[in-house]
Amino acid sequence: MIVAEGKPIAEVAKLIEDANKVLVVGCGGCVTVCLAGGEKEVGILASALRMLRKKEDKPLETVEITISRQCDPEYMEQLEKYITDDIDAVVSMACGVGVQFVAERFNKWVVPALDTKFAGGALEHGVWGERCGLCGECILYKTGGICPIIRCSKSILNGPCGGSQDGKCEIDTEVDCAWQLIYDRMKTLGKLDKLLEIEPIKDWSKSRDGGPRKVVKEDVMIK
Amino acid sequence: MKSGSKLEKLFNQGEFVVSGEIGPPKHANADIIREHARMLKEYVDAVNLTDNQTAIVRISSIASAVHVLAEELEPIVQMTVRDRNRIGIQSDLLGAYSVGVKNVLCLSGDHQSFGNHPTSKNVHDLDSIQLVKALKDMRDEKKFICGDEIKEHEPRFFIGAVANPFGDPFEYRVMRLEKKINAGADFIQTQCIFDMDRFERWMEQVRERGLHKKAKIMAGLMPLKSHKAAKYMQKFVSGMIVPDEIIERMENAEDKKAEGVELCVEQIKHLQQIEGVAGVHIMAVNWENIIPTIVEKAGLYPRPQIKE
Ligand code: SF4
Ligand code: SF4
Repeated sequence: MIVAEGKPIAEVAKLIEDANKVLVVGCGGCVTVCLAGGEKEVGILASALRMLRKKEDKPLETVEITISRQCDPEYMEQLEKYITDDIDAVVSMACGVGVQFVAERFNKWVVPALDTKFAGGALEHGVWGERCGLCGECILYKTGGICPIIRCSKSILNGPCGGSQDGKCEIDTEVDCAWQLIYDRMKTLGKLDKLLEIEPIKDWSKSRDGGPRKVVKEDVMIK
Repeated sequence: MKSGSKLEKLFNQGEFVVSGEIGPPKHANADIIREHARMLKEYVDAVNLTDNQTAIVRISSIASAVHVLAEELEPIVQMTVRDRNRIGIQSDLLGAYSVGVKNVLCLSGDHQSFGNHPTSKNVHDLDSIQLVKALKDMRDEKKFICGDEIKEHEPRFFIGAVANPFGDPFEYRVMRLEKKINAGADFIQTQCIFDMDRFERWMEQVRERGLHKKAKIMAGLMPLKSHKAAKYMQKFVSGMIVPDEIIERMENAEDKKAEGVELCVEQIKHLQQIEGVAGVHIMAVNWENIIPTIVEKAGLYPRPQIKE
């Protein structure tokens, strides 16, 4: 899933300082799961913003709504009736995708309440880790299911670099060296010989370096 | 002859090669590079020019090499994959060759978080092994990375790579060296050796795989100025092992600098006895002017000439 984290409340407050009434929109997708922008967080953010503004003697009116997914036009209909003339700004608590979908759909000033971090998953309760760099051409079958592109700090495809020590990455003793993990796994699986093959230079045009990407699945297209 | 560099010729003559290292300055005046080059040229066969080491902005390694060449010393240009994509790298390689550089050392580069621009983006379009392969393909296949032919004047570098016998996983280190050599590395410089036992165990594996016959292995050394430097490296530099004995030895010495020189000379003499070690690479960071003393004391002066 997409993992995101709330911006500091003061920062969000600054983004809407000129507004008298805002719509705070949550998302029922990934950001609900990673406890950043679901219904509960919408309630918390809205009341915190109101309190802040009350202290400043500039009261803020908030309307709260959480829709199933902000990254899908289908669900955007649910928002329509809340986007009234008196709404000065929309605070989206979705990932960067949701924020953009809302902004594309409605003629309103839309601001993000979250910082979108990465594609990852829960490591333990309250901790999420990055797992995929969305490179567009998955090579996990070569590395025992551990991604060197995003989990190695230098995206080394023929690792490890000289900085790997005691299983940790040179950048931080808290960060696992992806190539130590890959080595251990390949060893356990009896596939160490695979690591002797030189992994060729990657085609990054399949990644974001090729410009904004689109996936088209013709068989399910309606027209 | 692959490149015809002085380094390659000396290796082919069977000499025990000595290289040094110059770290370019953090400003735009190259006098210090020239000064160090003049001081070193009688004492080392070639000198590394570091490429923004520890990710701190300095005069570029290629521009530094121009100054070194002007002082008639053989440069080894370091090239990391941290700051340039394949377009920048190949363009710089063409440029380096055009000014007379014949040796390139391929590295990953320290992560930018260590340097003075920790908020920068890193590139890593290629990794160091892929860079070695790219250099070899330019030289031997006359091809750019994209496959286009280099119609004339292909750059013919003597290709260097680094190896770290002290990084983990230890058992994989020699396999990775083999990968680098298969990719096209002609010579290898190792990380600084303090743990001689581990280095010897590593060399044993190198010989088992016959790698010392496929590439020239230069053992990396760093003369110690004080026990504090040793302690710092033990604690904070990842991928480096500094045994306690060395720190104690330095701590107990009355004249720390003299002890550091003594230790380095002993290491060189020891390394000369190890089968498969073809030379030493002395990295005297901020202490370049000690290299002549070390080379002389190790009995490696005068340096050999190229036999025509
Ligand atoms: S190889 Fe690419 S697609 Fe696969 S996990 Fe890594 S970044 Fe994601
Ligand atoms: S230490 Fe490991 S994870 Fe870190 S940059 Fe080097 S190979 Fe990658």
